[in-house]
Amino acid sequence: MAARTHRVLPGFGLALGYTLVYLSLLILLPLGGLILKASELGFAQIIDIALGERSLAAFRVTFGASFLAAAVNAFFGLIVAWILVRYPFPGKRFVDALVDLPFALPTAVAGITLATLYAGNGWLGRWIEPLGFKVAYTPLGIVVALTFITLPFVVRTLQPVIEDIETEVEEAAASLGASRWQTFARVIFPAIFPALLTGFALAFARAVGEYGSVIFIAGNLPLISEIVPLLIISKLEQYDVLGATALAVVMLALSFILLLAVNVLQWWTANRHKNDEPLEVAAAKASGGGE
Amino acid sequence: MNFLPRTIFAVLFGLLAGAARAEVTLLNTSYDVARDVYKDYNPMFQKYWKQKTGEAVEVKQSHGGSSKQVRAVADGLEADVVTMNQANDIEFLADKGLVARDWTKKFPNNASPYTSAMVFIVRKGNPKGIKDWGDLAAPGTQVILPHPKNTGNGRNTYLSAWAWALRQPGGNDAKAQEFLGKLLKNAPLFAAGGRDATTTFMQRRMGDVLVTFESEAEMIAKEFGKGEFEVVYPSLTMQTEFPVAIVDKVVDKKGTRKQAQAYLDYLWSQEGQENAAQNYLRPRDAELLKKYAQFFPPVKTFTVDEVFGGANKAFATHFKDGGTFDQIYVQK
Repeated sequence: MAARTHRVLPGFGLALGYTLVYLSLLILLPLGGLILKASELGFAQIIDIALGERSLAAFRVTFGASFLAAAVNAFFGLIVAWILVRYPFPGKRFVDALVDLPFALPTAVAGITLATLYAGNGWLGRWIEPLGFKVAYTPLGIVVALTFITLPFVVRTLQPVIEDIETEVEEAAASLGASRWQTFARVIFPAIFPALLTGFALAFARAVGEYGSVIFIAGNLPLISEIVPLLIISKLEQYDVLGATALAVVMLALSFILLLAVNVLQWWTANRHKNDEPLEVAAAKASGGGE
Repeated sequence: MNFLPRTIFAVLFGLLAGAARAEVTLLNTSYDVARDVYKDYNPMFQKYWKQKTGEAVEVKQSHGGSSKQVRAVADGLEADVVTMNQANDIEFLADKGLVARDWTKKFPNNASPYTSAMVFIVRKGNPKGIKDWGDLAAPGTQVILPHPKNTGNGRNTYLSAWAWALRQPGGNDAKAQEFLGKLLKNAPLFAAGGRDATTTFMQRRMGDVLVTFESEAEMIAKEFGKGEFEVVYPSLTMQTEFPVAIVDKVVDKKGTRKQAQAYLDYLWSQEGQENAAQNYLRPRDAELLKKYAQFFPPVKTFTVDEVFGGANKAFATHFKDGGTFDQIYVQK
């Protein structure tokens, strides 16, 4: 018999068993059922459904809008997280709590509110529509809704990471002669980039599956502003459960591939960084001005 | 050793508790905006049944999008009766063997205790002069309607316009499809549902005309004020039915057939019909229709059976993937 390794913390077996059962019940079982149902259709049929003109357009809209929304949040979310961690200001706790609101609000409420706001006679719509920006009932409206829904993901993933970067590191870089841009690009950004990617991936994944808020602002015109979840609902309206699962499986596969790609990218950057050098060394290098 | 007395006690207790709850519970699974109708109807039926038989009946309500509701029943939601707003939803249950194949014959009037009609809501003064379906396809007119493929309300609108186009001089299916193409081009969006379309039209002030149920017009008047809009009755429109059925599988299992039958029969009673009228749904009772004539002006209607050969056939031709609606958007 191989010697048992002793762990400091007890209950590993129990905890692992629990984890596996829990994950299987919550995730593997429903997804397995989905794939099993879809397998009643042949592979060729699934592809056929996914490659229909309407489905293709919907996939473009869903993934395109989700990507844009996640990208917008990656940029602005980073700024929000940075401000919230680094600067004291009155009402900071209140602003911090605001970030979570999109999580708490029922998505349909969010969608209806945004549609009312951006409609031609809404508070925002009446100012921006004359400028040529139609938001409500256009694909742009979808991006707006998804940006709102996914904001917390980027901010909340970045906050703890930014908190971990000590301000001394920046000071060290500065005192060694690094410009502000160099300090950001060479010292800070590499440290937060993996977390930024995680936030981006979470936001993206959430956006792809979003239905409740989008349908109220999208306009839902075929080939223009239909999202994939709407097509799935449309199939269910026809009692075409198989067609709906086919679309769902394709969506799942695409999301999985994209998330996997993000994970690989993240692993790659984190690893490169790990083997690279500690922050202090990076600070010193950055101040050296070039390689 | 006191196992036996305990068991006996438990069984007795259980029987007692059961006897105390002897009243029958019915579950009515219904479409979304039926809330008001059945909120008033259920107490009326309970009173009637108590007087007639001395039995107390509890009626529970479940509301939601009608196709979702029907899927829930097919998946095992124990509904004694279904009260829907589209025949093809109940057809689906008949296909699954939960409802009698000839369910439309089990009650009078095609098993639909009341009806409504699709009408136009236009802005006050009718600035675009909208009179009939043809005006909805005119260039520069914006039409607000819910998604024709995904909502019953939208499908009724689509079929009404189609039937009107068929009845025009020289009308045929090809021309009707071309007409629908023009009409749908005038839709800046497809609302998520009936109420969403109403909000878009009334509150966000989008579009020149909203197509919806006659019964919704009164709701809009209550919500937004009568002076804000006008109702226009087109020359021909769909008589929308609200079919009801007993879910045989469930009532046989629960032993509630008698009560379920009475519950639906009572919809055709004087009280049941009056309740429908008060909720702005056209009663089948001719006398009552006259009594409430102020809400129900005469309008020329058609039924889906007459023009399209049944709800299922209409759905398959027009709204299934690849149907006429898809053909209008997708050339493939």
